[in-house]
Amino acid sequence: MGNRVAIVGAGMTKFVRRAQETGKELSYHATKMALESCDMTLDQIDAVVLGTAPDTFDGVHMKGEYLSDGAGAWGKPYMRSYVGGGTGVFSVAQGWYHIASGLIDTCIVVCEEKMSSYRPHPQGAFLTIFDHTTERPLKPNLLWIFALEMNRYMHTYGLRKEDIALVAVKNKNNALDHPCAQIAKAVTVKDILNSEVLAWPVQRLDVSPVSDGAVALVLTNESIARRVTNKPVWVEGCGWALDTTYWTNRDLCYPRYVEEAARMAYKMAGVTDPRHQIHIAEPYDPFDYKELHHMEGLMLCGKGEAPQLTVDGVTQRDGELPTCPSGGLLGVGNPIAAAGLMKVAELFWQLRGEAGKRQVARKVRRGVAQAWGDLMQVGTVVVVGI
Amino acid sequence: MPKKKSKVKKQKSLKVTVTNPKTINSNFQFQGVGLSDDDLKKGKVLTTHWIGDTKYAWDQGVAIGKYLDGLKAGKILGVECHKCGRKMVPPRIFCEWCFKPIDNWVELLDTGTVNTFSLCYVTWDMQRVKKPLIPAVIEIDGASKGMGIMHLLSEVDPKKVHIGMKVKAVWKLEKEREGAITDILYWKPIK
Amino acid sequence: MNDRVAIIGIGATQFRSISPDVSYKELMFEAAVKAYEDVGINPRKDVDTFVTCAEDYIEGTSIFDEYVPDQLGAALKPMHTITGDGLHGIASAFLQIKTGRFDVAVVEAHCKPSNMLSPDGIEACGQDPIYNRPLKLNTHFIAGLEMNRFCYETGITFDQCAKVVIKNRKNALNNPIAGRSAKLTLDDFQYADGVSCPLTELDVAQPVDGAVVIVLASEAKAKALVKDPIWINGIGWCNGTPSLESRDWVHLDYVTKAAEMAYKMAKITDPRKDICFAEIDDRYSYKELQHMMALKLCCECGAGQCIDRGATEINSEFPVNPSGGALGMGYLYEATGLARLYSACEQLRGNAGKNQLKCAKTALVQGWRGLPTTSTVVAILSSQGGCNG
Repeated sequence: MGNRVAIVGAGMTKFVRRAQETGKELSYHATKMALESCDMTLDQIDAVVLGTAPDTFDGVHMKGEYLSDGAGAWGKPYMRSYVGGGTGVFSVAQGWYHIASGLIDTCIVVCEEKMSSYRPHPQGAFLTIFDHTTERPLKPNLLWIFALEMNRYMHTYGLRKEDIALVAVKNKNNALDHPCAQIAKAVTVKDILNSEVLAWPVQRLDVSPVSDGAVALVLTNESIARRVTNKPVWVEGCGWALDTTYWTNRDLCYPRYVEEAARMAYKMAGVTDPRHQIHIAEPYDPFDYKELHHMEGLMLCGKGEAPQLTVDGVTQRDGELPTCPSGGLLGVGNPIAAAGLMKVAELFWQLRGEAGKRQVARKVRRGVAQAWGDLMQVGTVVVVGI
Repeated sequence: MPKKKSKVKKQKSLKVTVTNPKTINSNFQFQGVGLSDDDLKKGKVLTTHWIGDTKYAWDQGVAIGKYLDGLKAGKILGVECHKCGRKMVPPRIFCEWCFKPIDNWVELLDTGTVNTFSLCYVTWDMQRVKKPLIPAVIEIDGASKGMGIMHLLSEVDPKKVHIGMKVKAVWKLEKEREGAITDILYWKPIK
Repeated sequence: MNDRVAIIGIGATQFRSISPDVSYKELMFEAAVKAYEDVGINPRKDVDTFVTCAEDYIEGTSIFDEYVPDQLGAALKPMHTITGDGLHGIASAFLQIKTGRFDVAVVEAHCKPSNMLSPDGIEACGQDPIYNRPLKLNTHFIAGLEMNRFCYETGITFDQCAKVVIKNRKNALNNPIAGRSAKLTLDDFQYADGVSCPLTELDVAQPVDGAVVIVLASEAKAKALVKDPIWINGIGWCNGTPSLESRDWVHLDYVTKAAEMAYKMAKITDPRKDICFAEIDDRYSYKELQHMMALKLCCECGAGQCIDRGATEINSEFPVNPSGGALGMGYLYEATGLARLYSACEQLRGNAGKNQLKCAKTALVQGWRGLPTTSTVVAILSSQGGCNG
């Protein structure tokens, strides 16, 4: 059904705490690199799709329009999609439906974030994501919702911080091999457990940083993909689901919206046994417990079982199901929308054997990338294969 | 169905030879120049500043309007959908699962159970505090299981807070209430 | 891939200057229920994908898509936000249905400008922070600059622009959901307050609160659900440059490109002949004329002469904005394009009451995202039977 869609090129900038480049310049660098990586030029691109998270960070209303020229959209059909943190992976789904519809043959997918513009600290911008009447007057910090969810998750399955911390250790260490990483570090579980308590049970090293950065992918239809590269990475399935606004009416121990999105993507991709048919995973890891939470939502293991997989080394680069071999958000950085797209770019490089020092041990043919966003609300999933 | 005419012909010629993909990771120079806070303060780069004039006043409407009236009167109100049987809080004029208008309003209790909580040592704009703020999701008694609202706990030893703890609302004095979520000052454990 | 895409259901609230009795969620719920009842579907079961069009700064809430699923019946279903005009949402839904993976899609947009206490300040945040904002100008200055240059180069007069306002606000008098109808004369423009010369208060569409929901479907589903679907024969969208310093103030290339994409898809070779009427963006009076030119909807004598002759009046040569447009119905920010679409659908169905056109078989709908953007969408719709010319 529909045209087959492939990723044929990828590019990204470094992820840094505070970039000298403007948002437009970051988008430009990523887009240029993506085009150069597959020897294509902007005039061969039919449409541009951009993903970027809250306009408040940049302090620019209609940020998508502002960034459009940096993304190569001058004189082209252009759309910006936005599902909070889920945007990065969702933008691939948006590029997919552009091409699968048959109307568009080639599309650039760009995700960019410049969080550092917001002063005094980008965290403050997150105040405005809460309900203006029932929540904002309580002056919530973004950390609250993660801490509340982490606590509920730990309580429900009897998890220990030590087991969860292993994810941060794995990802920050993995990121040492990522040339764009912002906070790669050889840390231990002890380092995580000794770090400053921000909002118990969340400690400083459980959290990904604030970042600036951009990532871009080139998507094409099948006939063009086969002429551009001998290793097109197919977008085999996409899924997305947005849960109810009333997050305080939901049990936070399980991200059912990730499962819904995963089911939609797996169905499209013909995946019936994710644990064995998915060879490599890049779930969204803004906090260490989130990788586990999302592995369960992606049905890569049973509910509450993800910590065990981590402890057993299954998710290491040389494990059976390498998870976040890029270093994830915890290691590479978290420029919100760009972070999600970085995960898809990682799968692109891994499946083609181009991930350099990060290349996973086993032969991988199919991977899943997932992002999360909003008030513990949206799951966006893309299955890619070669 | 006739195949759509491919657009490829109109574009500048694409390479027909199938090339090996470039390995871009080994020595590639990634763009992006990181600056420190100091760089900005010392004027190493030029900056512009803007404080936006962005003011809003949101109409509360039927559901939240009545909820806030209830809070002013010292009550927590919810709504009921007879189709799925849920008693919901915060109130809404529609049941999002059945997609139908809600049937009636119910008065809930001002006691509840802690569903989850956190001990937070930073404010909304990342200032450090010694005494932790204790946000929690509190399942309200009288509503369906799992129906919670977000609020703060206080008058409790942070070490003693636990999931499943029974709590009660501590209200502002009647004359000080405004019809806002802050008419409840915080929740404290029921002894 | 599905063959054609149709609009099968529409719903809209009244457009009013204030709506203090309802929250934005309740406004959206009203429009959604109307749209779903129009076609007789249950969103919980029958809708495959949802798109909402909104901007954070307009709402006063970041990541605004957090707050939309419930009132549309989209909880735990595929839903995403497009930060664009409602017509961008239509384009997105169109693409999704064409993939063959989705049969029924819902697109929503709404606005509550009455809740924006500092609209000028909020709109100013859309200006380039480095090159333009430090000038501390009200955003309308961009329209003032453009109107001045446009009239200078084309020879269109300010009075001709005023006639657009008179026509549209008069049309709105017969539109039951319009929020800004009025009976005006050219004299009124002499006394109108200046906004950014030559723009006066009367040249600017005033904001209103409202919500619009549209239901789209694949061809097979549309034929199964309704007797007379409205076909989207063509759709195109395009961006120009976001920078003020490098744009053409007179010729809107991005509108022409978007139109070409839509015309090609709809096999339209002579727009003025093949299309019966148009609902296009008129956020500013001169914009209707400028858009007509870019869309190639003017006769040879030019847009100014068209309006002088009354050629764009109801039941005249080529009716433009018979609903009253944004000038007459009110400006809805991101929902403005959907208001045009809703109005066009009412015409195509024969439901436009006193404003019903005798020939209403094929319509052009165009949206523009407003200042400071150069972002547009064009759609060609037709009811059963096509146009008799």
